[in-house]
Amino acid sequence: MSLDIVSLDIVQMVLVTVLTAATPLILAGIGELVVERSGVLNLGVEGMMVLGAAAGFAVATQTGSTGLGALGGAGAGLLLAALFGVLTVGLAANQVASGLALTILGLGLSGLVGAGYVGMKRDPAPHLHLPGLTDLPGIGRLLFGHDAFVYAALLLVVGVWWFLWRTRAGLILRAVGDDHTATHALGLKVRKVRFLAVLFGGACAGLAGAYLSLAYTPFWAPAMTAGRGWIALALVVFASWQPLRVAAGALLFGGATVLQLHAQAAGLGLPGQLLSALPYLATILALVLLSLGRRRGGSLAPAALGRVFAPSR
Amino acid sequence: MSDHSFSRRHLLGGAAALSLGALPFGRARAAGPLTVGFIYVGPKDDYGYNQAHAQGAAALKAIPGVQVVEEENVRETTDVQKTMESMINLDGATLVFPTSFGYFDPHVLIEAKKNPKVQFRHCGGLWTEANPKNAGSYFGYIAQGQYLNGIVAAHASKAKRLGFVAAKPIPQVLNNINGFLLGARSVDPSITVQVIFTGEWSLAVKEAEATNALINGGADVITCHVDSPKVVVETAARRGAFVCGYHADQSALAKDQYLTGAEWNWASIYKGFVADMQAGKAPPNFLRGGLPDGFVKMSPYGPAVSEEARRQADAVKAEMMKGGFAIIKGPLKDNKGNVIAGAGTALAENASELEKTNYLVEGVKGSA
Repeated sequence: MSLDIVSLDIVQMVLVTVLTAATPLILAGIGELVVERSGVLNLGVEGMMVLGAAAGFAVATQTGSTGLGALGGAGAGLLLAALFGVLTVGLAANQVASGLALTILGLGLSGLVGAGYVGMKRDPAPHLHLPGLTDLPGIGRLLFGHDAFVYAALLLVVGVWWFLWRTRAGLILRAVGDDHTATHALGLKVRKVRFLAVLFGGACAGLAGAYLSLAYTPFWAPAMTAGRGWIALALVVFASWQPLRVAAGALLFGGATVLQLHAQAAGLGLPGQLLSALPYLATILALVLLSLGRRRGGSLAPAALGRVFAPSR
Repeated sequence: MSDHSFSRRHLLGGAAALSLGALPFGRARAAGPLTVGFIYVGPKDDYGYNQAHAQGAAALKAIPGVQVVEEENVRETTDVQKTMESMINLDGATLVFPTSFGYFDPHVLIEAKKNPKVQFRHCGGLWTEANPKNAGSYFGYIAQGQYLNGIVAAHASKAKRLGFVAAKPIPQVLNNINGFLLGARSVDPSITVQVIFTGEWSLAVKEAEATNALINGGADVITCHVDSPKVVVETAARRGAFVCGYHADQSALAKDQYLTGAEWNWASIYKGFVADMQAGKAPPNFLRGGLPDGFVKMSPYGPAVSEEARRQADAVKAEMMKGGFAIIKGPLKDNKGNVIAGAGTALAENASELEKTNYLVEGVKGSA
């Protein structure tokens, strides 16, 4: 009996690490989903995320508050996204090129912002502790023992789902993403909707970065996002632009990342390099399967995704 | 008109005089101070590998007639060739230390051929007679430190499972893992070490995940070989596991959970190299040393280390101080069942076979 509880606790710890590994992907992915639903393709997620990690850590260290740090990270992502919005929504610049430039800019800026904070130590964001509930064997830590970022990410998924499918504003956003000419003709403010969506995506990516530097490690290291922004981008496609599927996909990828480490620790006998490549192989496989499905069933993507809109006068 | 041409001639003459004056000055400067270049793969203040080297570099700054130029965050690509060239051509460096493992082949070898008057000394590489004579490599037998870590870890472990977060499966890393396991097995032959390779020298987030995975897998003492052990040490201590440090002293990060650690002491090597250069001769091409030579040292024991553990580790350390201590002693198999050392075979710390290690010994769970 006691053995059962021990193994149950191990399973719980593994699930806890899967959920925490998925959290930055959920945050960044759900933000990018809203952006793409409005018809804008922002490839700068990695850049906004890493800047959010640096700025979040810097603000938290300066003010001594993790909450303000999270806001600072989200704000930094939002500012970088605003630059992208001005270029692509305002000036109708090419979205792919601007997004890639944003990633490079974000990586550079984050190095600059974080330069003075390398090697500094901070306590991780506080974890929820409900007496009685958190200590429940088997499920307590998994349900009631996370930090605020994890719960915020899950609430955000539900919130975005509700917004996109249950509100008029969400309907407008999806309509703008599907046909900007028609929505413009109806008198809807295409560029305003898209700009706001871009800002939301930036704030989410920044928050995802702040989660890494404030709760997950918790400290700042240059380029610490290490490709998570790109995985978040792939996740949105993988999830065929559905919020709940983004969360499921993030858990899958978070799981793949964490489980390959557990597989190594368990001594499966496969080379570490191959196991490290698994999450990325899974990404490619998912995208291939999706594009095969699309060939049969038509595109699931917002119809105006990535297309530049310049209103006629 | 004539005024104008006069002033221009005046100006040209002045410029010529200036440049003439600059020539001998430039030569005098080149013959004067010795400029030493240090190249790091990560930030200098990473509580780890790069910090250990930067502390060695800082010790040189106090020597009169020595100028130190440093560059951080240089990748193990052609980037490092450009950095070396700029240190040589712009800063006038005549002794260059590219400190990361991946810099050696081909980058250091290419630059050494291109700049025969500059001395290159690389940390961790395997210099051979076939390589350029103005290149060289130095390293310390830090696996001795990991062996001592293993002894202390075995005494502290209740689960009899230890964890090791490793960067890349290169000989130095594999020697450290083997040393850690064999040190632990010298205390209790049933102990195992679980190892996770992250694939890069510095991947903060993945190192945290790897540490969590090891602890979830039941390991209760963690050590590592990554460039910045900070995240591993902190994560393990937060989860309640004991920690053995690496590269530098991380006791401040783990408090009572810190047992001991294997640290570098590069300053003595760098001072020796600079003394050679100032005496007008080339530093040694191939330099290795361990605890007895002062290249490697141990962190002070933490409060959780038992009397018995201290006694045993100190006894083995005294043995190592005599030189010739063999970590790999036959009969020994690797973790795939192949015999790597027959009965009676013993590889002392300076055995050349250890520079080519490509196996993990029996008792290590994981694959290189």
